[in-house]
Amino acid sequence: MGNIFEMIKISVSNLNFFYGKAQALFDISVDVLEKEVIAFIGPSGCGKSTFLRTFNRMNDTIPIARADGSVTIDGTDIYAPNTDVVALRRKVGMVFQKSNPFPKSIFDNVAYGIRINRIHKDKADLAVRVEKALYDAALWDEVKDRLQTSAFGLSGGQQQRLCIARALAVQPEVILMDEPASALDPIATQKIEELVVELKKKYTIVIVTHNMQQAARVSDRTAFFMLGKLVEVNPTQKMFTNPNEKLTEDYITGRFG
Amino acid sequence: MDQRRITNLIMTTLTAACAFGVVALLILILSYISYQGISSLSLSFLVETPKPVGEGGGIGNAIVGSLILLGLASAVGIPLGIAIGTYLSEMGSGWYGTIVRFVADTMIGIPSIIFGVFVYVIVVLQQGYFSTLAGSLSLALIMIPIVTRTTEEMIRLVPKSMREGALALGAPEWRVTMNIVIPAAMTGIATGAMLSVARVLGETAPLLFTAFGSRFYNIYLDEPMASMTVQIYNYAISPFEDWHDKAWAATLVLITLILTINIFVRYITRKKY
Repeated sequence: MGNIFEMIKISVSNLNFFYGKAQALFDISVDVLEKEVIAFIGPSGCGKSTFLRTFNRMNDTIPIARADGSVTIDGTDIYAPNTDVVALRRKVGMVFQKSNPFPKSIFDNVAYGIRINRIHKDKADLAVRVEKALYDAALWDEVKDRLQTSAFGLSGGQQQRLCIARALAVQPEVILMDEPASALDPIATQKIEELVVELKKKYTIVIVTHNMQQAARVSDRTAFFMLGKLVEVNPTQKMFTNPNEKLTEDYITGRFG
Repeated sequence: MDQRRITNLIMTTLTAACAFGVVALLILILSYISYQGISSLSLSFLVETPKPVGEGGGIGNAIVGSLILLGLASAVGIPLGIAIGTYLSEMGSGWYGTIVRFVADTMIGIPSIIFGVFVYVIVVLQQGYFSTLAGSLSLALIMIPIVTRTTEEMIRLVPKSMREGALALGAPEWRVTMNIVIPAAMTGIATGAMLSVARVLGETAPLLFTAFGSRFYNIYLDEPMASMTVQIYNYAISPFEDWHDKAWAATLVLITLILTINIFVRYITRKKY
């Protein structure tokens, strides 16, 4: 184990978040460590998705949204005025709740991020990168013979893995997952979960989930949110067996939420 | 049968009858035009210029004239309409967007002859002669608001999640609009453009004041230009049976042209993915 400060990937301190006058997040401070999987759990509307979206400033698309406090990634404050949001989003990839492939071919979906960020050297390099991303997303074998066909022809689970491949293709360091398996059947869900465990070797992963078993299966640490406040963050094992807070225990044991 | 089933049956029958009525009317019109027009249709009718009664003649110059007028109007009206519509849906939430949207809606409701008179006063009277350019301008003015509003609506239909997906990959807003949102809305945008094309191809009134009409083949943009609709009008209001038949034939050609353009555009903008 190295120095704890060297291992911090994302550091959030005293983050408050507002939609207009309504406050959605209250004074949140938490660190995300390098190459860990941290799961955010909590009842609907508790702010876990909002919190996730502060990491790549996806909330910027909402005109009335406002954040104060600090979020630093690798020691750099991403809410500083001179932040290059495009560069930030390249570094912090995101997978959404509902798979959202573009109306393009499978190949072009994965190639999109590579092309707009001009990561590739030439056509051959682009093809190699697309293949690698699809391979890493455990989708290559299923699509290698139909790369030029529509992405909409894939099943729901395949589409979601395509979206993961698309995120991996731009070589991010952090991957945000917003309930990535909530619209999938159990088998597709299992594939995504196996993938998360595999991806942990190379990436820092923050995953929002409604499914507590899922949090238990894939994450190293779990953070429990409630009404916009971070109630508790602990190693997942401890969280599900011996949480610090009564509130956490009530939620996990299904007494509310 | 219970109440619900009876209501269901009645409503289904009613809507089916309405749909049948509309389609039947359309088929009736089309077949009547074909029936009336087909007898005067010939190759010479399609290539010759109008001649005095009884000497034959055709609408060759009018077909070319209509296509030139339409081409110029489309070249201006469609890109401009798409650009304005894109602006309205992507950035038009403020007061300026509201005004632009209101103006576009108002323009859609203005009778086309007003555009003709407007261009007549602004361009034709100033220059002192009727011209192709003036005709195209009046048609473009009709097209712009139609394309604008359909483009805006179609772009609004593109799911937010698709934009977010692109933004999350580090795409700047303008790239998201240009290579994700607009392509996703392309089929709908093309339908809007087609609507406007079909609309202006059938316009007569604005052309009477602007392109005026011509009895000759013409490619000069600063001279009066023949068009199918004005030619149909001239044939139809004449007292001659022979010219009435020619008006029917010209109508058939016009409708066929609109249909052909429609099918062609649908083919090239069909959903590929």
